[in-house]
Amino acid sequence: MRQTLDILSPATHQAQGAERVLHLANDVDPLSIPLDDVDRIELDFPKFTDGRAFSQAWLIRRRRKFAGDIRATGDVLTDQLVAMQRCGFSSAVLREGKDPADARRQFERFAAYYQADTAEPLPLFARQA
Amino acid sequence: MYQYSEFDRQFVRNRAAQYRDQLERYLAGTLADDEFRPLRLQNGWYIQRYAPMARISVPYGELSTAQLRVLAKIARDYDKPDAALLADAQAKQSALGSVPVPGTHTQIGSQLKYGYGHFTTRTNVQFNWIPLEKSAEVMELLASVDMHGIQTSGNAIRNITAEALAGIAVDEIADPRPFAEIMRQWGALHPEFAFLPRKFKIAINGAKEDRAAIGWYDIGLQLVRNDAGELGFRVQVGGGMGRTPIIGAVVSEFVRWDQILNYVEACIRVYNQYGRRDNAWKARIKILVKSEGHAYIEKVEEEFRQIIELDGAPHTITQAEYDRVAAMFVPPQLAAREQERNRDPAQAQIREIIRADAEADPHYDRWLQRNVLPHRNPELRAVVLSFKRLGQAPGDATADQLDAAADLAERFSAGEARVTHEQNLVLPWVHQDDLPQLWAAARKLGLARANIGLLTDVIACPGGDFCSLANARSLPLAEAITQRFQDLDEEWDIGDIDVNISGCINSCGHHHAGHIGILGVDKDGKEWYQVTLGGSDGTNLSGPAAPGKIVGPSFSAAEVPAVIDAVIGTYRQLREGAADGRFETFIATLRRVGIEPFKAAANSARFAEKEVA
Repeated sequence: MRQTLDILSPATHQAQGAERVLHLANDVDPLSIPLDDVDRIELDFPKFTDGRAFSQAWLIRRRRKFAGDIRATGDVLTDQLVAMQRCGFSSAVLREGKDPADARRQFERFAAYYQADTAEPLPLFARQA
Repeated sequence: MYQYSEFDRQFVRNRAAQYRDQLERYLAGTLADDEFRPLRLQNGWYIQRYAPMARISVPYGELSTAQLRVLAKIARDYDKPDAALLADAQAKQSALGSVPVPGTHTQIGSQLKYGYGHFTTRTNVQFNWIPLEKSAEVMELLASVDMHGIQTSGNAIRNITAEALAGIAVDEIADPRPFAEIMRQWGALHPEFAFLPRKFKIAINGAKEDRAAIGWYDIGLQLVRNDAGELGFRVQVGGGMGRTPIIGAVVSEFVRWDQILNYVEACIRVYNQYGRRDNAWKARIKILVKSEGHAYIEKVEEEFRQIIELDGAPHTITQAEYDRVAAMFVPPQLAAREQERNRDPAQAQIREIIRADAEADPHYDRWLQRNVLPHRNPELRAVVLSFKRLGQAPGDATADQLDAAADLAERFSAGEARVTHEQNLVLPWVHQDDLPQLWAAARKLGLARANIGLLTDVIACPGGDFCSLANARSLPLAEAITQRFQDLDEEWDIGDIDVNISGCINSCGHHHAGHIGILGVDKDGKEWYQVTLGGSDGTNLSGPAAPGKIVGPSFSAAEVPAVIDAVIGTYRQLREGAADGRFETFIATLRRVGIEPFKAAANSARFAEKEVA
């Protein structure tokens, strides 16, 4: 699938401004927070195996139709980036020492998936119909 | 059987290529051990006591002959430890000691084997000796026959199971397999649900009798029809075994069939957000459902409403998709019998000789009674091949046996076999006229023991002989019990009984659901076992799903076979005759008289030395 996720180094991320940025903790219900005046929402992965931010991003992008940047921060590794994009993340801060080339290969591998996601409004079976 | 589309085929090939990429980065050192671990687990690769273990997904248990033959090839060519590794492992296992066969001087120790596949209680197939370096090659080989290890481990949606008689059972409400397949695809590489708080297991039952143990699942789905005659599901959530055995709560009495993916999505999303992540033992959905109670159900209902109203109900199953998938599960075309027989009189004569031989043998009659099940098509039968026999661990099949099972499926069952959650294989499309031939062939292979549902049809995990999670071994106990009850007359006299053995509280042997459950526990670094009585998987025989009750303090390994013997002896003393002239079953006797006499019998089998000490 086409990579739309912006993969950032920690240095690039830090150099960017923090204006109109909302940090959302993993235990906050993303359906209840005001999103006016927010350009970027940062969702944290305390460990890459903690998947709460996937649901948060999904709800913010798909249900609340947030059009700004949703960024993955924290323990962000190569092999979770595709899932992040599919859940609505538009940027991710790849952990120091990880090769973005390894990540790009993962996007190229699967042309499509079974489920609907935040970019594909319909699941495969409905797309093919 | 479901036939892979070109998309499905490319999908598993891509998955194999992705896994090779990950393995190579791991071997090159650019992917750290803890980074690789969840990735290999979500392809079914564990690192166990002595070697990696591969868990291959068998969706709702269905296997084709081509798939069985590739599993045989993997067993033969890849499931091979080098001599030094095997010798070292065998020495360590032998040092753990042995268990006695009651009434004999025989002692059973560990006997590590290789070159076989193992059928699991979740209808998967496992291998125990494949080196990690060969793992990518194995995944590519599997992909060549539309197989994979996607999400057979890890904190994701695991292999979805259904009852083994799906589509052929006489008491079926609707075939669960089209829904299981549609749900399998929906769950495969779901981007949101790859890192749930803990593993997540779904089972679907389509018959009136629950033969899929749905009460024990994270989500258990029962096909039902509502008053208007519409097909749908009764949804249970929060069942599970482990340290806290719980039967799932009904969260919805009816979800229409086309809404089931949207509803399951709501159930899992709420869990992903609110399930505990601070303690692995409290992270299963059962703990969330138990602690939140009705609040969980309300949250799911609200999430479901929003999926429908705000998200546009994207995963509503279309009639076209249901029809496409269901069309692949129609009964296979079987050759007309009369024509076939008339074509070749010589063959017909041989068949008659085999039939006469079989009917003269009392073992054949027993096999018909225990291993042959009724079928919706009155001309057909479902036949269970027993993988419970002396000298082989429950559910183990050697490479040759896997090949032979493929041959039997090809000859007698339209090329299809099914793994049962009791760790046997079912041939679902056997013509009644072929039964004598099938029996003769299965008997030669050692797969025709008439013990299905009886005492030696023991369910057991690989336990402490292989698994690094295990506290104690399962297999020597299973073998000791099998040796003790080799007299088929005695075994038949004892009748229907479920004996389940798990090597640890992860409960892969489903001990909580056994009429007799045996659980390995660790005390002072030695093997001890907790015995439970009266558990149920939810079948008609066993009653509503329920965990068994614990019999006092745990027993030493050496005591357990005698404990089983004593409990069985008590049953034979206390049972009453039923109206049909047969004895009441073990579980019926236990329910009638209560656990106490059985407990007393079990405790009397404790060694005197221990009481003194």
